[in-house]
Amino acid sequence: MGQWAGYLQLILEGALVTIKLTLLGSVLALIMAFVAGLGRISRFWAVRALATAYIEFFRGTSIFVQLFWAYFVLPLFGFSLTPLQAGVLALGLNVGAYGAEVVRGAIRSIGKEQYEACIALNFNRWQSLRHIILPQAFVLMLPTFGNNAIELLKASAVVSLISLSDMTFQAQVVRAQTGSTLMPFLTILVLYFLMSSVISYSIRGLERYLTRGLDGVRS
Amino acid sequence: MEWDWAFVVEILPTLIEGVKITILATLLGSVLAAILGLGLAILRRSKNTLVSKPVGFLADFIRGTPLLVQLYFIFYVLPDAGITLSPLVAGVIGLGLHYGTYTAEVYRGGIDNVARGQWEAARACNLSVFQTWTRIILPQALPPMIPALANYFIAMFKETPLLSAITVLELMNQARSIANYNYRYIEPITLVGAFFLVISLVSVIALRWLERRYGKIEER
Repeated sequence: MGQWAGYLQLILEGALVTIKLTLLGSVLALIMAFVAGLGRISRFWAVRALATAYIEFFRGTSIFVQLFWAYFVLPLFGFSLTPLQAGVLALGLNVGAYGAEVVRGAIRSIGKEQYEACIALNFNRWQSLRHIILPQAFVLMLPTFGNNAIELLKASAVVSLISLSDMTFQAQVVRAQTGSTLMPFLTILVLYFLMSSVISYSIRGLERYLTRGLDGVRS
Repeated sequence: MEWDWAFVVEILPTLIEGVKITILATLLGSVLAAILGLGLAILRRSKNTLVSKPVGFLADFIRGTPLLVQLYFIFYVLPDAGITLSPLVAGVIGLGLHYGTYTAEVYRGGIDNVARGQWEAARACNLSVFQTWTRIILPQALPPMIPALANYFIAMFKETPLLSAITVLELMNQARSIANYNYRYIEPITLVGAFFLVISLVSVIALRWLERRYGKIEER
């Protein structure tokens, strides 16, 4: 039994890497989602085209391929990334592209009367976005952002294939050392499930917090 | 490092071998996901909580954990229990099981959208449970789901490179072995990316057509 404790510690070390990857990746994804999502509704043709190209490219190719490209091909152009940097970059850019569509959809679903009220109050574009549109749209984005964060957590298992010692990688190490397959894989499945449950509960809590006092106001 | 067209032409036949396996895995996985999803959705609606609760938990569990780990589980743990699967079969089961939990939600939404009056009318006409499902509910519920289901099949297609981790010789694995053998990463990995991009863009157009033909599930 004492031997399992050592192996469990190995897996928990991997869990920390997975959590770090998920957090850093989510931050990058959130930034990219807003940059590209707002870019898609820009007044300028070039900005819209650039944002669309980014979104279609990252949604169209597999996360696995993007990660390998970031890790193995980018160094040939002179950008050497550590496995962690490549992982955060690929995960963040990939999930950010999905998030951008969420941002765009939520902003477009805000009623026309809100925009008319902004014009009536003489707000400029930035003011109406900042004070009127985004506070309402953000609440609509939250549930899908939560799902995206869970997708990112799940996709992070792929980084084990570029030798980053995340939870999946450590489980493989334990499997190689002990020859036991059930214990390491079952442990990490449960840990992944706990992590995704934490994400979905905290998003639900945040949603309740942000919508307090809005009952009956929102249609 | 320079892009070498002669090398591209040289490796193309090997990559096409991989494409075949990728497409085969996607098709088989889609069929399995479509069937499993329907089964999960119907079991989850069961009035017996001893059935609906565990099935619901299992579906949430599968949806909350990475496909890669599930593939490892199927490929490495099941042989200990005496079930040895070929890599492709293990991969198809993994894909079908994982995406089955997603399609189950689509089915659930579609079934919930069938008006209550239809259930009552079926009962008034003295139809059995089986007849109610096959003659009344599913024929109305299925067509609006088609675009959403297709969406998940495209997502599944983009996850097939994961099968290379359990030694299925699909596109990504072929590209990696070419890359390791010749020590040239730029062409094989970029070609794989380009292939996925082309198929995805084509399938987006096909999806738009399906949405026009069958209508969006969200709008009902």
